[in-house]
Amino acid sequence: MRMWAQSLLICRRSPRRHSVMAAAFAFILLIVVGASPRASALPAFARKYGLRCSACHESWPMLNFFGQKFKDNGYQLMNDRDAPIWQNPGYWPVTFRITPIWHRVSTNKVATDQSLSGEQKITSSGFDLSGLDFHTGGTLEKNFSFYVLPSSDPTASFHFETVMARLDNIGSSPWLNVKFGKFELDNLLSEKRILTLTGNGGIYQLYHFIPANDGNIFGQMGDNQLGVEVMGHSANDRTRYSVSLLSSNDGQVGLPYGAESYSTFITGSQAFDAGKLGVDRLGFYVMAGEAPTSWLTGPSGGGPNGVIPGSGGNNRGYSREGFVGQFYFGPHIDATVVTQHGEDSAWFGQGYGDYADGMAPNNYVPGVSALPAGSRNPTWNGVLIEPHYVVNPQMILLGRYETIRMSQQSTPGTPSNLGNITSYTVGYRYNPFMTSRAGFAYHGEYNWWHQDGTAPDNTTNLTSSELLFGIDFDF
Amino acid sequence: MTGAILFTSVIAVLLVAGLATLASAQDEPLVGPKPPVAVKPMESHIGNLTGHAADAKSDYRRYCAGCHGVYGDGNGENAVWLDPKPRNFTLATFKCRSTLTGTLPIDEDLYNSIARGFTNSNMPPWNTFTKQQRADLVAYIKIFSPRWEKEKAGEPIKIPPEPPVTIESISHGQALFAKLECWKCHGTHGEGDGPSAATLTDSQDQPIRPYNFAGGGNDSRFKCGSTNQDIYKIFMTGVDGTPMPSFADVIQPNDAWDLVHFLRTLQVHRHGKENVVLMAAHGVIPPYVDKNAAPTAAPADNKAPGGGQ
Repeated sequence: MRMWAQSLLICRRSPRRHSVMAAAFAFILLIVVGASPRASALPAFARKYGLRCSACHESWPMLNFFGQKFKDNGYQLMNDRDAPIWQNPGYWPVTFRITPIWHRVSTNKVATDQSLSGEQKITSSGFDLSGLDFHTGGTLEKNFSFYVLPSSDPTASFHFETVMARLDNIGSSPWLNVKFGKFELDNLLSEKRILTLTGNGGIYQLYHFIPANDGNIFGQMGDNQLGVEVMGHSANDRTRYSVSLLSSNDGQVGLPYGAESYSTFITGSQAFDAGKLGVDRLGFYVMAGEAPTSWLTGPSGGGPNGVIPGSGGNNRGYSREGFVGQFYFGPHIDATVVTQHGEDSAWFGQGYGDYADGMAPNNYVPGVSALPAGSRNPTWNGVLIEPHYVVNPQMILLGRYETIRMSQQSTPGTPSNLGNITSYTVGYRYNPFMTSRAGFAYHGEYNWWHQDGTAPDNTTNLTSSELLFGIDFDF
Repeated sequence: MTGAILFTSVIAVLLVAGLATLASAQDEPLVGPKPPVAVKPMESHIGNLTGHAADAKSDYRRYCAGCHGVYGDGNGENAVWLDPKPRNFTLATFKCRSTLTGTLPIDEDLYNSIARGFTNSNMPPWNTFTKQQRADLVAYIKIFSPRWEKEKAGEPIKIPPEPPVTIESISHGQALFAKLECWKCHGTHGEGDGPSAATLTDSQDQPIRPYNFAGGGNDSRFKCGSTNQDIYKIFMTGVDGTPMPSFADVIQPNDAWDLVHFLRTLQVHRHGKENVVLMAAHGVIPPYVDKNAAPTAAPADNKAPGGGQ
């Protein structure tokens, strides 16, 4: 859905030394990644239960605690009417979402043949569209739920963003639920329900960070992943946990990457009744796993480097871990804080990893490849702060500050700040009406994004900004 | 001529007066949009908590108004699609109370109802709220009916300790089930299909279905709770606004507990102590013999309606 994010994502993720071919494939891949939709609100649920969108959403599509519990229960209110047999036979839980927008995007350094320095500032503006999402989800029977989300880019090229079935409340206990398929990781601050829409503000930088020249695309916890998740919670959802086993393929279907590479994602959190302040929550997450660095190539292979799908091996490790806090300061003000410490294997740091798509320039060859002397695991730290001011259930003002700082570069001597990111976002969403039938929001937003040392033709800084106005609706 | 003029004048005056009265009568009804809800300074008291209506204004709008309506009259935009209909707070008639029938509930009754939800309706358990949020909402509900300003809440009934479950208590409960004609609505097997079931309506003339004890699994809940104390409370206080009366004046506390034990055996998929006792008796409830009166006939048969099978 975030097709306007593409150019900036490419700038951030593609090492400068990549070939044109690699960049082309990266472009195609990132169209898919950049088109990743948000789960958003589902008026189909509101229609089923007769609740206003505001009952589940602090501001559509971001969930409040009640909405989170509804989701954790398998899209059930946990009354006698959860099974579809109670619905009119004509009820079909489907919702579409699309957002016409006007936006102005400015990037200070873009590689060009027409400039003496090889790069120049580009600013463009105009009317545009997001992709189109078709959400369908709910219960197949009491305690059997599902979610299917075919999603398109703005040219109507579809892929499956989410396909999952879930066994809910196994043994009549909310502590055991099993989800299987392709789904969003159990991030307390959900990127699929993000309140912002710009290219760089419409994602959480923390969830997608890759150090400069690093080849590991597999640790992006903001992308939906393929796997199985075991999740549980207390009856009032104050206590939550989840453990996921994932294929290390960044959610791409068809076993395109490693032969046997898996990751895990673990979360836990506890919420507290803070009286007049509201409900506050503290939690943690850990994503750790292995991903391939060596690939077989040949005439039957694909991609820019002729890689044979599913042939990836010589797995190397990576990890992302941090804390999450959701703090409410009364009925109007709240803030969410997410921290992250990340680490990749030195092999990834030296440009091994996703050779299949050309995202990593190097292919590990056993007995031949060797790390440059002094190579280290790249590590970094980051923090995200997102405060909201809820004027009333129909109007929200929001802001976000994100910063990611490298704490160790893979190659000694590399500038210590190479790849550091800073991002600011401010915006508002106003829902002129609240019903159980549809979602509609006037949206305005501004994002400023900065990365150290990644301008395409030199080692100066890359900066971009985006102003966006749109009408976000679903039905 | 003078008489004609006088007659004409009188007729004219009467006509003008009549038209003026008519016009006045036509102007009298209030037309146009309803005025905004005036949030009275109502309070609720639950333990050490004090809820304030003004603090719940936003929460009521966010979570409740879609069904219960901005004016608390049960006419939210979704109400037309819901069955059973949302509670009309302007009547201040509440089903789940610990107080006698016809009286206002205590604040804790409403507070618990918000957290528990109503399992056979669209009202979910709002147990993600803070305690303060719930207390504030209880206070807010009170702004819709003048009853809260004129009347005090009823006295909560006293629930005596539950006696042990025995096959005799179940047997007596079964006899009471027949004698009090519970089966006329709830059916002989407690499936909500008694001969009167199809004719029942609530106080707002909406069709209403008797509770089906046999439906649901091991975790099935009642509208007003899930414990034996909750069942006791339901038929001792009645479910106001529905045909379910209070039996407080009809049966003694110990008899009420026997009825509770029998009702539990109607929940055939529930693994409770009552069904364990019944299974130990091979699923057969012996006829109750009243030492002080003539035996009462069982409603249909003498075998437990599925319990213990």
